[in-house]
Amino acid sequence: MRVSVIDDACHGHQMCAIAAPEVFGSDEMGNATVLISGDIPAELQAKTRRAESNCPERAIVITD
Amino acid sequence: MTEVRKPVQDLLTDYDIFEPEFVKDPYPSFSEIRESGCPIARTERYEGSWLPTRYEDVVAIAQEYETFTSRGILVVPPFPGQGEGAYGGVTAPPITSDPPDHHWHRRLILPVFSPQSVAKFEQGTRDLCNALIDEVIDKGTADAAADYAQHIPVRVIATLLGVPLEMESDFTAWVRAALENIMDAEGRKWARKNIIEFFLAQVADRKQNPREDDFITELMNTEVEGKVVPLEYVLGVCNLMLVAGVDTTWSAIGSCMWHMAQHPEHRKQLRDNPDLWPSAIEELLRMYAPVTMARIVDHDIEFQGCPMKAGDRVLMAFPAANRDPRQFENPDEVILDREHNRHVAFGSGIHRCAGSNLARLEVRVALQTWLERIPEFELVDKTDVTWAGGQVHGPRKCLVSF
Repeated sequence: MRVSVIDDACHGHQMCAIAAPEVFGSDEMGNATVLISGDIPAELQAKTRRAESNCPERAIVITD
Repeated sequence: MTEVRKPVQDLLTDYDIFEPEFVKDPYPSFSEIRESGCPIARTERYEGSWLPTRYEDVVAIAQEYETFTSRGILVVPPFPGQGEGAYGGVTAPPITSDPPDHHWHRRLILPVFSPQSVAKFEQGTRDLCNALIDEVIDKGTADAAADYAQHIPVRVIATLLGVPLEMESDFTAWVRAALENIMDAEGRKWARKNIIEFFLAQVADRKQNPREDDFITELMNTEVEGKVVPLEYVLGVCNLMLVAGVDTTWSAIGSCMWHMAQHPEHRKQLRDNPDLWPSAIEELLRMYAPVTMARIVDHDIEFQGCPMKAGDRVLMAFPAANRDPRQFENPDEVILDREHNRHVAFGSGIHRCAGSNLARLEVRVALQTWLERIPEFELVDKTDVTWAGGQVHGPRKCLVSF
């Protein structure tokens, strides 16, 4: 599993970082950043899916 | 003066956001409108407005900032003469801004409210909550709204702005007049005058006595494209911080306290499993989203079959969107570990609440601190809770015993 954030769509709700703080962080504007480059470890995949389903802007893209 | 209120004939064509039952509990009305064949209601009251109630519609309008502008954001029309005279151009950027100015207005304040930046307010907020609890803990009873929730955001914002905490009751009175008792246009005018005069004096004082590590000073010295930002912008941002940062968060904290007082099972769930706190806060924000903003239609448009005209007001009922069963399973139920929660308590799109990270922190710390020290408490009288509504929804009197 890989994850990315569509920059133009993210408006900094930070709900991804709340759901999966190991996977998502924040830049100085409060917009989401992805902390893990490459594959998301198995133990964080459920959290990552949860983060995606908590984003009000639908700005998170997961590719399996 | 006792106002004679014309009874609502039909919610779909005559809703009244200041009708006492609607103020207390707007959710049955939102639901009735949403499940009718006409989920965007219309009223001619208060110079007319539209009220979308489905999640999809509210979000679509929030995203379409070119059609649905932020020229007016209150759920009522401006007071006569607003926008005229000296400092008439002071607004509340970036909430009142549209692109292209919105972009720099927002970029200048977002770093102040990033998760990293607001973390420094956690300990101070906790100390403040503890001090408020110290005042009531031996009494066995307290007003969770007026003795607790009401004092938290105003003191946090005053600290952030670097203005005197002793003026708390003035700030609270201004904010209530500006955002809460907004049917009273004279009151809004009075609040605006006081807020502008107050911040003008704060700016003048900083010119005389320069300060370091001070929000307003940094704002005054900010340059955009080689030029120092105009005074109107500085006053506008200060206005925003005070007006948007106080009543809103206080309402959210109050509603959460009201909820917790009635739900021992949720108190226990959080005690037994503290890992639930992050999702619990999001769920409570979904359930008790305090804020309804407005938009002004830019040009005539038919939206979901509604003939909207240029200049029409559209009420962005985020609380209604957050209870839409098309988006949330069992929307009227608090599920602390809700899995899918794309709530829009802080709005959607380019106007996402700039202070959301701070508001979240305050709500969490206020609840955690209270529950640590007063784990068991209940409402004194369920029928004796009073509410503010319209633009901001939350309890104003909420007696609890413990």
